[in-house]
Amino acid sequence: MDLIRPFLDYEFMRNALFAVLLIMPLFAILGTMVVNNGMAFFSDALGHSALTGVGIGVLLGMSDYEWPMIVFAVVFALLMNRVRHASRGRADTVIGVFSSCGVALGLVLLSRGGNFQSYQSLLIGDILNVTPDRLWVLLAALAAVIVVWMFSFNRFLAVSISPTLAKTHRVAVWLYDRLLVVVTAVVVMLSIRIVGLLIINAMLILPAAASRNVARSMRSYHVLAMVFGLFSGLLGLVLSYYNEAAAPGPMIVLCAASVFFGTLFLARKK
Amino acid sequence: MSTHHKDSCGLHCLQVSSLTVELSGKRIVSDVHLHAHCGELTAIIGRNGAGKSTLMKAMIGELKYKGCITFSGHGGTPTPHRPRCGYVPQSIELDRSSPLTVQDLLLCYTSRWPVFFPRRKKTIAALKAHLQTFGADGLLKMRVGALSGGELQRVLLALAMWDHPDVVLLDEPVSGVDNEGLQVFYELIDRLRVQDMLVVLISHDLPFVREKADRVILLEGGCVAASGTPKSVFATEAFERAFPVEARREAE
Repeated sequence: MDLIRPFLDYEFMRNALFAVLLIMPLFAILGTMVVNNGMAFFSDALGHSALTGVGIGVLLGMSDYEWPMIVFAVVFALLMNRVRHASRGRADTVIGVFSSCGVALGLVLLSRGGNFQSYQSLLIGDILNVTPDRLWVLLAALAAVIVVWMFSFNRFLAVSISPTLAKTHRVAVWLYDRLLVVVTAVVVMLSIRIVGLLIINAMLILPAAASRNVARSMRSYHVLAMVFGLFSGLLGLVLSYYNEAAAPGPMIVLCAASVFFGTLFLARKK
Repeated sequence: MSTHHKDSCGLHCLQVSSLTVELSGKRIVSDVHLHAHCGELTAIIGRNGAGKSTLMKAMIGELKYKGCITFSGHGGTPTPHRPRCGYVPQSIELDRSSPLTVQDLLLCYTSRWPVFFPRRKKTIAALKAHLQTFGADGLLKMRVGALSGGELQRVLLALAMWDHPDVVLLDEPVSGVDNEGLQVFYELIDRLRVQDMLVVLISHDLPFVREKADRVILLEGGCVAASGTPKSVFATEAFERAFPVEARREAE
């Protein structure tokens, strides 16, 4: 099997490769923090809210759904975050309710007139049709997230360990709590057309979860999440090419899931 | 008042007046007064649900309260800002499998440079030295999830003391710390007091309180039922109501 061939021969494969090289590190950085905060279900619900965002865009007669999607996701995420904190112990139920509402409202809006088919790419994404414009957007998002992380990573971590301790060390808990939620919402929305809302959460969570199985410090946690993410991304892309162009996104998720189960086995020996 | 220790300056003072905390309409702590000086150990005792932890969370600013908390520094003049509190919680809700190490834990609260980047040898040495002061040497590279209850408590105490707080507030764990760990912890608290710190401790270990505390506050249903020296508090009816077994032993 010639691994490099498809990337040399086809521009769409090259663009897909760049997309993977940008998205997987972006998701590794975010995913580790999402897992630290026990927000896996939260980010899943967030992905589902994209349907409603697009629905609102359609309703407003907009041709580009990006802005309504981002604005709605940020509002949705902040609201869900608020309720999540207020309902200690029942957070999963509340998030489940939010998630279902996000999907249902979106489906109602998008299925009006019976042409939901035209929005199907939103569900599984389209990594093979990434435009260079989108790649620039992803690059900007990655750069922005790195900048935010340089200034705020310790604060995010401090809040995730114990908001009370963070407060006694003069961390503006409310600010970093919301900042993380907003950044997650924006990044998820910027990548959802490429990755698809059905599997975006798996891509976000799996590399971090796999890394958590074996990592023994915050540094190895992040390095391994990055390595696992890139490895699954590249392998999934190549495997899908040689597998009659099966959707690459789900293939990447399968690779990441294999890494997860492999590391789970190693974790027992930890 | 001559309970100050010899080396204590006695000027730093924490004054809590008429502190009341309500949670969802229910009054948990009601009209509490507390007066603590540097070089002193003030112990808060009481049965489960008496409002001890809630009182402490209000003192660190975690919960909204009515009333007044003032801190006077050197010179005896009250400072306009809240006192800097070093706080040791009862426990931290931590995923045991978390890759967080003791070094990560300390650095994330005390520095801005992301913890996943390598550190200078000097920084690591300073952390090690600080941990050693609190009987937690050798734990720097350990995962926090793998620490014993006593080790975690000492690490949290080291964290609380990192940036020289005005006041140390300790919420002693009810369980999970073995006897030996507890003894080490008490020795450390005693040492802090001798070093002129202002220490407020929620304790369940009455013999320790009897022996070491300078002042005791007994909470009952969110109110101060008795306060004063250990001897005077341990002789009250309120103490007998809260701790009948210990009171009987005290009487003997």
